[in-house]
Amino acid sequence: MIEFRLNNKKISTSKPSGSLLLDFIRQEERLMGTKIGCREGDCGACTVLIGELKDGQMKYQQVPSCLTPIGNLSGKQVVTIEGLNMEKLSPVQHHFVEESGTQCGFCTPGFVVGLTQHCLSEQPANYDKAIASISGNICRCTGYKSIERATKKVNDALSEKDTNKTIEWLVDHDFIPAYFNDVPKELKILASQVKTKRVGLFVGGGTDLYVQRHESLVKQNLDFSVNYPALRFIKIADSQCKIGGGSTVTDLLESKPFTSLFPQLVKHLKLVSSAMIRNVSTLAGNFVNASPIGDMTAFFLALDAKITLTEEAKSRTIYLKDFYKGYKDLDKTAGEIITEVIFNIPFGKFNFEKVSKRTHLDIASVNSAVSFELIDNIFTKVHLSAGGIGPIPTYLHNTCKYLNGKALSAKTIMSANEVMQAEISPISDVRGSVEYKRLLLRQLFFGHFIELFPEMITLDKLVSTY
Amino acid sequence: MKNIDSKSHVTGKSIYLDDIPTMQGCLFAVVLGSPVAHGTIQSIDYSKALSMPGIVRILTHQDIPGENQIGGIFPDEELLAAEEVHFQGQPIAVILAKEEHLAFEARKEIILKIKEHPIVVDAREAQAKDHLIMPPRTFRKGKLSSAWEECAHIIEGRAQSNGQEHLYLETQGAYAMPLENGNIKIASSTQGPTAVQRMAAKVLNIGMHHLEVDVRRLGGGFGGKEDQATPWAIMAALGVQITQQPVKLVLNRIDDMRMTGKRHPYDSDFKIGLSKDLKIIAYEATFYQNAGAAADLSPAILGRSLFHATNSYDIPNVQVTAYSCKTNLPPNTAFRGFGGPQGMFVIESAIAKAAKALKISTYQIQQANLLQTGDVFPYGQKAEDVLLAQMWTELEQEYKLRAIEKQIQHFNKKNQHFKKGFSVMPITFGISFTKTPMNQARALVHIYSDGSIGVSTGAVEMGQGVNTKMLQIAADTFSIQRSKIKLESTNTTRVANTSPSAASATADLNGKALLQACHALLDRLLQNAAQHFNANPKDVFIKNEVVYLQDQATDLTWAKLVDQAFLDRVCLTENGHYATPIIHYDMKTEQGTPFAYHVYGLALTEVTIDCIRGTYEIDSVKIIHDFGKTMNPTIDYGQIEGGLVQGIGWMTMEEIRYNEQGRLLSNTLSTYKIPDIYSVPKEIKIIATKTEGHELAILKSKAVGEPPLMYGIGAYFAIDNAIKAFNPKANFQADAPYTTEKVLMNLYKR
Repeated sequence: MIEFRLNNKKISTSKPSGSLLLDFIRQEERLMGTKIGCREGDCGACTVLIGELKDGQMKYQQVPSCLTPIGNLSGKQVVTIEGLNMEKLSPVQHHFVEESGTQCGFCTPGFVVGLTQHCLSEQPANYDKAIASISGNICRCTGYKSIERATKKVNDALSEKDTNKTIEWLVDHDFIPAYFNDVPKELKILASQVKTKRVGLFVGGGTDLYVQRHESLVKQNLDFSVNYPALRFIKIADSQCKIGGGSTVTDLLESKPFTSLFPQLVKHLKLVSSAMIRNVSTLAGNFVNASPIGDMTAFFLALDAKITLTEEAKSRTIYLKDFYKGYKDLDKTAGEIITEVIFNIPFGKFNFEKVSKRTHLDIASVNSAVSFELIDNIFTKVHLSAGGIGPIPTYLHNTCKYLNGKALSAKTIMSANEVMQAEISPISDVRGSVEYKRLLLRQLFFGHFIELFPEMITLDKLVSTY
Repeated sequence: MKNIDSKSHVTGKSIYLDDIPTMQGCLFAVVLGSPVAHGTIQSIDYSKALSMPGIVRILTHQDIPGENQIGGIFPDEELLAAEEVHFQGQPIAVILAKEEHLAFEARKEIILKIKEHPIVVDAREAQAKDHLIMPPRTFRKGKLSSAWEECAHIIEGRAQSNGQEHLYLETQGAYAMPLENGNIKIASSTQGPTAVQRMAAKVLNIGMHHLEVDVRRLGGGFGGKEDQATPWAIMAALGVQITQQPVKLVLNRIDDMRMTGKRHPYDSDFKIGLSKDLKIIAYEATFYQNAGAAADLSPAILGRSLFHATNSYDIPNVQVTAYSCKTNLPPNTAFRGFGGPQGMFVIESAIAKAAKALKISTYQIQQANLLQTGDVFPYGQKAEDVLLAQMWTELEQEYKLRAIEKQIQHFNKKNQHFKKGFSVMPITFGISFTKTPMNQARALVHIYSDGSIGVSTGAVEMGQGVNTKMLQIAADTFSIQRSKIKLESTNTTRVANTSPSAASATADLNGKALLQACHALLDRLLQNAAQHFNANPKDVFIKNEVVYLQDQATDLTWAKLVDQAFLDRVCLTENGHYATPIIHYDMKTEQGTPFAYHVYGLALTEVTIDCIRGTYEIDSVKIIHDFGKTMNPTIDYGQIEGGLVQGIGWMTMEEIRYNEQGRLLSNTLSTYKIPDIYSVPKEIKIIATKTEGHELAILKSKAVGEPPLMYGIGAYFAIDNAIKAFNPKANFQADAPYTTEKVLMNLYKR
């Protein structure tokens, strides 16, 4: 039995834990406001909110219900557009109407739900964050300008929000129905009944798995890392940063210790899918998925991270760069799961680069990350990664080796590029031709140093040397 | 006035096809598409699939009682392939199951043996092999052969524009229900209810009167549901005819993307000749339209490419030839602009290339050749009320074109990593279906005895706000509260023989029909009131639901008047009919007046490219648009913004890719990217140019659906302009979309 709350109603279901929330909402509950657009988390038409109690506070995140297995929902609250409707329009709904942020209307409930997440956030109102809350929602009609205008009005209406009592404030100001006040109480009753036991395949966020293997997964009972609080932590101690394998990308963004290590983290992770997907997708999932262009994999390869693989009582720790043996071939047994990701701090300078057809919410053509220390202008501890240029997420051993001990200069970088070009093997596909991927990686490699040393390394120096 | 559906949209209460409650016993249909792009079917083994749980029936061409034919213009497309398949994804069979997932599982167990034949995916190759949908068409003006001698500069080149996936958020779908006596009701997500009815009747071998097609609304259409909503509706209806159970067929996204056609890719050659003072003296072009495996609407789309081949320019000597080339891709179809954008892209490419060769700004050539009132298009229509010169003045005064050019030059001198570029994109777009008989519409208005009103028209609401405009027309004509009026679904039993909602003409045609119906009813009501007042009907009018006699309010309210008229046995129902006057066209001579009027506009686009990464942002698009006298600025401005962004998507990130076997590679939203909220222009400004509008436009408010899409073409040339600032050796290339890949490759072209 899986028990959760759907809007203001308790749900008990014996459906397989791998079956999807979107189908449950539409087919079982006949709530038709949540729409089917793409079934792969790329359009936002099926956006719902998931609320859970954290330290006694309700925390709401927007997720794509098409990729959300109901096994992920135990003890939580799901909010659909119907659960936001009141006698009068909420300010989010009102401003979408007033600014004509809706034309055909098919994407609209998803936008309304997504933007309501921004309202529910315990953070003060912020326009960029408001836009980020709907960054995973696609609209084909409006061209988004009217949606931007509506978002601005909504954000302005939140300027007085009392972030100590967010929910109460929102209820008092008719942003959400009054039942939201009682949700913590209801969830506490459910929480005492939540039990987890290993039942089947272990799944992280499932954001890629459900795209690849949808038909078989929905019939199964699965095990979800989000149900294991022990897998979700971020700790810094003894010159190491340790992250639980079940941590989501959003967890990284919201962790003060982690963000303090990466001043550009928001900029970097904004390039990684949408807020909605970041809320769900886990680090371990990204690593095990072994996509040659996994963004988080490239990110952590460049930190020379290690991973701890655990099966029951047995554990071992290996370098992430040694995890990949070939295309989708991992140094991992079927029973092992990634419980921990570890990297050393400090790691000196760091940069992450990614280019795709569309800058946001797209899979990279090529990505790359680097970390290194520079002592008296000499490179040391260089770790460089790239994705999209071979069958696996690639740690560029030869280029790292070449750079170590060299002085930072345009010339060094140019020569290192030659080494790098010799150790990659891109193929032509829908994300770009071989020639493009080679050129792009060169440019991203240059980009690392132009970003980190804008005074010293400039594009014209690099290109003219070329 | 806001879109009348907006409240139900924001609360998730609007009902789309897939939200209609299904009746008991409803079957779910999944379509089996061809796994190969060209071949002869040798055998199909359905036995295992049929034995699977929940599988009720598998429909094939043998189950079709009538014609196995859905071609609208030419009969060249089977509903279900009988012997040959001509594109990957071409429907072969329809699996009917008690649950949708069971049908999907059964589909995997169907064993197909198909003998493969060579395929053609390239339009030029098809033309060379004489694989044509129809004979080529040529538009001529002046004397091209002698004109080249007068030219000081002659520039030749090639221009390519790729297709575009419609990506309506709501996929294709239909839901058919059995009624008594072999009658069937079809709910369809279609822009063309009559097309569904007509074709279904043929396939099912029954009269059109046995079929009722009903459309509440579409979750986006953009042309993709003009003709290509039809097959799914017929399949569902066929399932009903055979099983006598309701059948629902909703394509999933991948099936939708691989089975349906898109905007036509065009590959073209051009030759342009200019005088010393930059007058375009001669223009010659050949278009190779990639039609896909069947005609669909390709012939009409080809026509519009020719009509718009010279865009907004007066050119004395023109010859443009267009080939509709048959390839082994899904039949390409209508998409906002309907071939117009493809034709315009070629001449804009020619002008941009000429400007590069002459080392001048592209807009200098554009400005020197702008169309003026009285000029004659190559197809013989005289240009009326041309606003382009006036708009150009506004472009310079309001948007400071020349100052922007200077600022950009200055920025580019100072910045190394980022370069800016700009472009001007003029548009001239003809309004009317180019097939004259399609320019007709009807509207049915019932005034109920309590004074409330039901309005039915042939217009399909798909987000463009046409129902809102219809409601406005009725409410304003009667001068009653808008809440008294309901816009009914679009239904073939209430309004018959409709043209599809397309060609930007829906509001004009249906609005004019509605206006007629409302005026006829109003006349009868005023007549009735006058009789009771014993007055002249000319002295009676209604304002805010009160009847006035000689400018004095009377006790007679709208509701009382209606009740009184009903008791007096006045007919409170009216059917309005409208057919656009003046238009005519002769395909033999390629001369005539195909358009009721033209819509004009200018867009100034500014972009910034990141020369390290090859990425770019659209900084702003500043538009001067000819709305006529807009009857609903909210809706019309929304159309401009939305159309523009769709056009930018076509020109920048939306890249359709087929492999050599004719398989669609960009078959999901993760591999086919349309603009998201971060990629749209940071600023869109719209100025409505001053104009009186046009009599043939509804309430002088000009059509606004398609024209703004073509402003998006400006993004392509602005990006090219910025690349040139970084790399003087960059190629001029006219090969849309300008993906980040093409940008980076050209930035570093040596």
